[in-house]
Formats: sequence, structure tokens, C-alpha cells
Amino acid sequence: MPMRIEDLEAALREGFPNAEIQVDDLAGDGDHYRARIVSSAFNGLPRIKQHQLVYAALKGKMGGELHALALETSTPA
Amino acid sequence: MTEAATTDPVHDFIAKAVADHPVILFMKGVPDQPRCGFSQQVVQILDQLGVDFVGVDVLQSEPLRQGIKAFSDWPTIPQLYVKGEFVGGCDIVREMYQSGELQDFLQQQGVVAS
Repeated sequence: MPMRIEDLEAALREGFPNAEIQVDDLAGDGDHYRARIVSSAFNGLPRIKQHQLVYAALKGKMGGELHALALETSTPA
Repeated sequence: MTEAATTDPVHDFIAKAVADHPVILFMKGVPDQPRCGFSQQVVQILDQLGVDFVGVDVLQSEPLRQGIKAFSDWPTIPQLYVKGEFVGGCDIVREMYQSGELQDFLQQQGVVAS
């Protein structure tokens, strides 16, 4: 089930208010996205935990209405 | 992930599977015929590195497909476990592979020849 890019971006911005966020629709089908998130919230966390924070911000949509979201998380330089 | 056996048979099956197999991939389809591009990418990386691994097709069982997500608190498939530890999904495995971190990690774990 596709999700609008605006909705995805809004959910991420709500979860990471001060982050640098870039969302791309990879396939043009509203179902395969890539999100690059640069946030200090990731400081000191292993990658699994970083991605779990993102999934938590999406409140269960990941794996449900959102099929594919490639994640690139990092901390501010 | 270290708690004792529960009354949940799916959880117990997963716990036993990751304990019994040094490298195990929960995936869509089987290693010879992945049924999702993300599962396929991880299979290709493991093959490339010459890792001997067991693939479990979550499409064969809806309780397993849901159970593995709860087990790891991770919403997507594939999921790679090495020596009982959850390593990551497709993005993390690919990132680790590209940086050389995955090769080092697998060698440290003794699951691939150095």
C-alpha cells in the first residue's frame, strides 16, 4: 500500500524536529523510498538502534503501509 | 533476546534457530530463489563473501513473518543473525559490506575464512 512522500516526510520531521532530512521516491511508485537523516539523536548509537529510532517515529507504518524505505542515518559533523 | 523460553512457540522456534545456526538469514523466498530484491541483495553479499548460511523463508508462515519482527523489534525482512545476534537488515548489511566492516566482523566471529 503506497504512502505519500509528504506524509512520510512529515512523520520523520515530527520524530526528528531538528534533523536534516531528505526523502527520495526511488521508484516513482510511492512505495520505495530512501530517507537520509542527519540528527544528533543518533549520537553514540549503533546503526541498528539508529534505524529503530526511525521506525519508532514512523509508528508502525514501516512494514505495513510503507513497504520499502532505505535508510541512511548519520550524526552532524 | 536472552530471556528464557516463553510460551510463544514462534518465539521459541526463532530463538532456537538463531542459536543453532551461526549465520542465519530470515528472508522472503529461499537463497536460490529470493522473492524480494532486498533479500536477494543480502544473499548476494553473503555468497560473495563465501559465507555458509541458512536461509529461512518467512513467506511460508505468517506467524513466523510477524514473529521475527517482534523478536528483533525490527519491522522489515530480511534480517541477518550471526552467532545469535541480530546484525541488521538490507541497508545495514550493505553499508557494512561496502565499508569492509562486514568482512571484518564475520572473520572475528569465525564464520568466514580470512
